[in-house]
Formats: sequence, structure tokens, C-alpha cells
Amino acid sequence: MAFASIFVPNFVVQAVVRSEPGLRDRALALVEGTASIRTVIGVNESAAKAGVRLGMTKSQAQQFGEIELRERSRMQENIAHAALLDLGWSVSPRIEDAAADTIVLDIAGLASLLGSEENIARQLAEGATHLGLITQIATATNLDAAILASRAFAGITVIPAGKESATIGKVPIIALTPSMEILETLERWGVHTCVALAALPVLQLSQRLGQEGVRLHELARARSARSMVLAQPAIYFEEAMELEDAVAEIEPLSFLLGRLLNQLCARLAARSLAASAIRVKFELDLTCIVDIPIIPDCPPDSPSIYERTFCLPVPMGDPKMLLKLLILNLESDAPSAPIVKIFLSAEAARPRVSQGGLFCPISPDPEKVELTVARLAKIVGEANIGSPELLDTHRPEGFRMRRFAPNRDSADARRAVRRPPGDQHPAAAEKVKNEKHCKTALRVFRPALPATVEVRKGCPTWIAFSGVRGQVVAASGPWRSSGDWWREDAWQSDEWDIEIQSSASSNARSLEQIANTGTKGSPPRGIYRVFYDLARKEWFVRGEYD
Amino acid sequence: MGGPAHFSWPKYHDVAHRLDKYPCLDQNDSLANKKRKSMGAFPAWLDTMARNINAMRSQVESALAGHIPAPFTSGNSNPVETVSAGIPETDGLTGGLPRGGITEICGPSCSGRTSLLMSVLASRTAQDEACAFIDGRDAFDPYSAEETGVRLEQLLWVRCRNIDQALRTTDLALHGGGFGLVVLDLGDIPPEVVRYVPLTVWFRFRRAVEHTPTIFLVLEQEPHAKTCASLVLRMETEAAHWVKTAQDFHGFVRHPHACLFAGSLLRTEMVRSRGQPGSMGWPNRASPAVTLELKYHPIG
Repeated sequence: MAFASIFVPNFVVQAVVRSEPGLRDRALALVEGTASIRTVIGVNESAAKAGVRLGMTKSQAQQFGEIELRERSRMQENIAHAALLDLGWSVSPRIEDAAADTIVLDIAGLASLLGSEENIARQLAEGATHLGLITQIATATNLDAAILASRAFAGITVIPAGKESATIGKVPIIALTPSMEILETLERWGVHTCVALAALPVLQLSQRLGQEGVRLHELARARSARSMVLAQPAIYFEEAMELEDAVAEIEPLSFLLGRLLNQLCARLAARSLAASAIRVKFELDLTCIVDIPIIPDCPPDSPSIYERTFCLPVPMGDPKMLLKLLILNLESDAPSAPIVKIFLSAEAARPRVSQGGLFCPISPDPEKVELTVARLAKIVGEANIGSPELLDTHRPEGFRMRRFAPNRDSADARRAVRRPPGDQHPAAAEKVKNEKHCKTALRVFRPALPATVEVRKGCPTWIAFSGVRGQVVAASGPWRSSGDWWREDAWQSDEWDIEIQSSASSNARSLEQIANTGTKGSPPRGIYRVFYDLARKEWFVRGEYD
Repeated sequence: MGGPAHFSWPKYHDVAHRLDKYPCLDQNDSLANKKRKSMGAFPAWLDTMARNINAMRSQVESALAGHIPAPFTSGNSNPVETVSAGIPETDGLTGGLPRGGITEICGPSCSGRTSLLMSVLASRTAQDEACAFIDGRDAFDPYSAEETGVRLEQLLWVRCRNIDQALRTTDLALHGGGFGLVVLDLGDIPPEVVRYVPLTVWFRFRRAVEHTPTIFLVLEQEPHAKTCASLVLRMETEAAHWVKTAQDFHGFVRHPHACLFAGSLLRTEMVRSRGQPGSMGWPNRASPAVTLELKYHPIG
């Protein structure tokens, strides 16, 4: 049996400093209370040296010159505690959530993986530093002894087996958290340390102090035997920050988001996880809209919460890449008011594992392509970028745009290798099977171009549209197409494929065709698909065969 | 490093002056004639010049031997990798589309450019390569593409509204990298608008794509990339095929236009190619051309 206890001294102060690393080297005091009386409930070392004491009022603390005063933040404490738990789970699956500032890990059996107990403790200390916390760590074969030692001794303490009671002997009994009554009784008896308490006979102690005394006696002797109360691993990761001054511009916001993303990704990495989606929530300060000229026109009923979820194509753990994606999306869809609080949460997923190969086909890295697509979407709009997906309909333009995800949809793609020239993808090979000629493609006019058509005996004979006019020298049709009659947007049209011989004296387009064709003697020709909309009773040109 | 051997390039008037020294030449004759007539007298002089150049080269190479292995050897002389366009006739004409270079497909409307482009897309996506299609006027037809064999899930379609958006997104796609084929479709944008695109833009595109395995294909009505293009193809329509389909039945009046559009006969001409031996990158007006036959299959 071996346990490691991690204790965060001055936890309330460290929780605030974790969100504002700049305060670490400055004198800091935390205040809490009602509006009328706010008292100091936490100070760091610099503030303590300056003379600030717990229990002082806020106004008294402000007299000490360069003291940073902050409100106590339960939100930051919760987040810091969650980060501490993530650190523990990065090492061991069995964690006890002993207190807000203390967790205990079962490190039995980890020697072959992580080395000696001292190595494990050092690794935990380094991990805590990356998460922005300064910790005291102790290892022992007794769970409560490890907790006591971590709270009593700074740095890393490794208690050899059988030496627990000797090591914690000098720890004051107040560390055992007795009730006030028992504490006063023990102090009256002259019992101030654990070794003194352990020396008392347990029978007489129980007669005078009851079961609580027995419990304290066992703790002092490091002989308490209890099972760990295991904590369940969290399934969500969240970081938050409350701002002193509202932020309205992207540049300072990106700095703050970068800091939160670093912490979030560090916590995910500690659990060997990555983010499959990022959720951003801003609390907005609508009262500041009038004063901030850069905010665009804001309607009067703007919500005070801005919330967006960004789904990632693959789980990502790189904070810089995530920040770029967030900023690109926020620039195209900025919040309507300055921001006073930021909440950032991540949906965890197993990180992507991929192995490159010498013969893999050319495909963009999913993280890079997501960034490229975000940048492209900023220029053309999100609706105008993606992969087309044909719908099961005969409606013209029956397709939709979906997220671009190459080589991730088919089983073949998972084993994709660069095929030799004669070896094609089965689906594509099916299409060109037995085909020796390439096919004519259509260039679509969006929207369809209105046309003026002369019809004789039910067939178009002359047409004019958008700078092209001429005789119809060949026509195929009509091909009637209709559908969705039960809907308001039903369609019904007669389609024609026509060949037009442009008149030589008409327009720039046909003149250009004359200039560009090799056969300068004959007028230019073009083949188009036109349709007669039976509902609107008008002719349109859908596209040209090119 | 020792100083270079004292050497001065002969100026034009020096050549003329030397020619004047030869009594066999008519002094009133033109310089070109003098040179032609005095070919036998020149080799000695040129031979001295060549020996001086070789001596200087050896001197420079020996001085740089510890730093630059081959200072007078040109850079990357690896052959350009080409890939099939999906049409055997075009591959036979061009030798394939070059990777790491700009290919321009030019021609007026209805000249078969888009059909060739779809064939290229089909061949690339069949190889599991990701392709980006920058659509300058939102003219791409997914049905035509799917019918041609393009795997649409491998295609990133960027639907632009104007040439400015098209150029900016093309720049991002090329610099983002990872695409086997990037297509810039300016087919519906008037040439007078595309002419205003500065040459520096094409140079930037070329620099972005060279030394990468990406094929950059530009579809337009006229070639605009000039020397930046590695391959320029010009296409035009020769004839359209229409097939009569309705039969005459007893008592059944055949519709006068009962026919189907069966395809087109196109002419493809290679205007410029860096990869073709002997082309030397110069535009060749007498370049070879092939005729392609495109078949049309009704969609939907």
C-alpha cells in the first residue's frame, strides 16, 4: 500500500493567482464579505511581509500601499480543484477528494511504470506547476499519515514504511482537525504534538474524550485503517475568468482566451485527452454599449449571454491552433457587447492517433485544413464552403454543402495508400468502367438567367439572354421535370438542350467568341440548357455545356 | 581566394575594330557580313577567350571548394513530375499535368474547358487526393462532377462572388497546402477584368506551389499568367453531335426535334510547355493539337 497526498497551501489565494499569473510576484490579499464589511480572508507571502493580516477590513488593508485586493472567487477555486483532480488522474485512477485543497492518490503498483515514490512525487509537483499551482506532496503507506505530512511539511516528503508515527510526531495536534472542545482539553493536558497524543493510553483517552479521542489517537499514531473514498473522474473540463474591466476588442480577448486555452489543454493533456468541441460563453455588459464606439449597432433586446459551440473535425490538443480557430470564428461573429466573464469548456475525447506512411495520398493535415477552412469561411461565408453532397431528389440544385472531411468517410480511406496510376478508387473506377471518352460537363448559371425565346411549333427557334442571342440550330426536348407538388416550392419545367448560332453583329460576348475561335469564317456556336418554368411562364437558361 | 585573372569582355566596338584589322574583309561591308566572312579568322581569338574563362572558372571553384561544392551548377534539375489528366489524348499531347506548377486551360465558352477540368478532378480524387475548387462565379455543377467520376467528399468547393474573393481564397488554399489539386475557375469572369490581376499575383501563386506536389489549374478565357505558367492549353469546339432518336411509326408523327445532344468534338492546342523537350519555355505558335471527343450523358 502506498499513497501520495497533494496539498495546495493557501488554496484560496492560489486559485486567484492561477487565473492571473501576474499577481504571483505582487502582494495580494483576498477579501470577502457583505458590502458593508469586507474582511481579508487570504494573503500571500508578499502581503504578509508587508503587514496585512487575516481579519483586517478592506479599508485597513488598502492602507498598506501597493497591495492588490481581489474578491474571493469560488468559481476559480472550483476550477483549480478540478485541475488538481485532473493532475491526480494523470497518474493514478484511484483518487480520494479529501478536501478542496487536498487530494490523495493510490500509487501502489506504479513503481514499475513511474519509478520510485520520490519520482512520482516529483512528477506530480511538476505537473502542478504546469497547472499553475504550488503544492506540498507527501507519500506514505498510511493514507491519513500522507495527508497529515503533506499539510505539515513543505516540498516533497517521502515517509518510509514503519516510520510514519516518527515522522508526523512533531506535527501539532491542530493539524488533526479536532473539535474546539477536545483541542482545549488536550491543550490543558499539555498535549501539543502528535507524539504526545500517541503516548496517551487509548483506554483512558476513550473514557474521557470518547470515540473522537480514539480517532485522534489513531491518527497521531499513524495507525488509522480506512478505505479510500474514490472520486469519480470528471467528464467535462471548464475554465473561467471574471474580468475587472469589460473587454470589447478582439486583441485583448485573444490574450485572455489563450491563457484559458493553455490551462484547459494542460488539463486535457494530463488526462491524455483532447478536445472534440470547444464551448465558449461570454457574459456581456449591455450597459457599456453606448460608450464603446467600435461595437456595431446593437439592437435593444440583445441577450446578455453570448454562447457558441465549435465542433472540431478531429480531437485537438494544441492551444495555439484552437486559439486561431476561435479568433477566426469570433471575428466573423463577434459578440454585441463588451465581455465581463469568460467561460470556456471542452468536450473531451481520445486524441487522434495517426501514422504517416511513405505511400499515403496527398491530403491536408486535419488540423491545418480546419484552420484553412476557417480562414476561407471568413472571406466567403460559412455557407459557401464545404463539400457538395447530392440529395435524393430530382429537384434542380438538389445538393447541400457539408463539412469538408476528406479521407475520413470510407473504409478504404482508413487504409488509403497512394494508388499507382492504373489503380483507381473502386467507386471512381465503377464510373469510368468501359468508358473511353470523357463526358461533357455543365457550367451552371446561378441564378438562372432569364431569356427571351421565340417558339415555333412548340420548339425554340431564337433566343436572347445576357449578351448572347442567335438562332437555335439544334434542339433536344422538351424534357419535363416536376416534383414536390405537395410543397409550396414545387417545381415544374420543360427543359431543352439547344445549340445557338450567335448572330455576328450582336454583342461583345459573341465577338469575343469570334476572336477566340480558330474558325474565323463561321459564327460562334454554343450549347446551352434552357428551361421553361411552367409556374412562372418564363424562360430561363440553366447553364452551358463547356 | 586569389584575385580573378585580369580579363575584360570584348565590347561591340572592339569586335568591329578587330574585324577591321582583317584585310580580307570589305571595310564597307555590314558587321554581320564581316562576321560571316571571317569565321575562319575568329576561332583563335575565341579560343583564347574560352581558355581565359575556363581558367577563371577553375580558380573560382578551387577557392570555393571548401564552402560550395558546385558553384556553377544550376539548382534543382530534377525532372518535373506529371500526372494524368484522365484523357489519353491530352496526356499524349502534354505529357501530363505538372506538379508544382501552374497549368492554364483557356478557351471561350462551350469550348470543353470544364469537361477537361472535371476529368482532371475525377482522376485526382480517384487517387484519394484532396482537391480544392475555387469557383470564381459559382458555376460548378456537382451533378456533372459526380457523373464524371469526381468523388465529391474529396472536394473542397469554395463559392466566390467576385474575382477578389477568388484570388484571396486561392492564396490561402495554396499556402495552406496539402491539396493534390487546386483549381481556380475564372471561366466566367470577363478577360478584361482578369487582365487587371498584377503579374506579381501569378508569381506569388507560382512560388506557393513550386516544390510542392500540388497541381494548380487555372480555367479562364485567355491566358494571363504569362511566364509563370508551366503549361498552357487552348481549347475550342469543332462540332456538336446530335443524334436523332425517334423512329417513324405507322400513325405516329415524329417530333421534328426528337433528338439528343450526344457530345462535342473539341480541339486542344498546347500553347506553352516547360516540360516538353525542345520547347525551351517559348510560346510555340505551331504547337501540336489534338481533337477530343466528349460524350454527353443526360444527368438526372
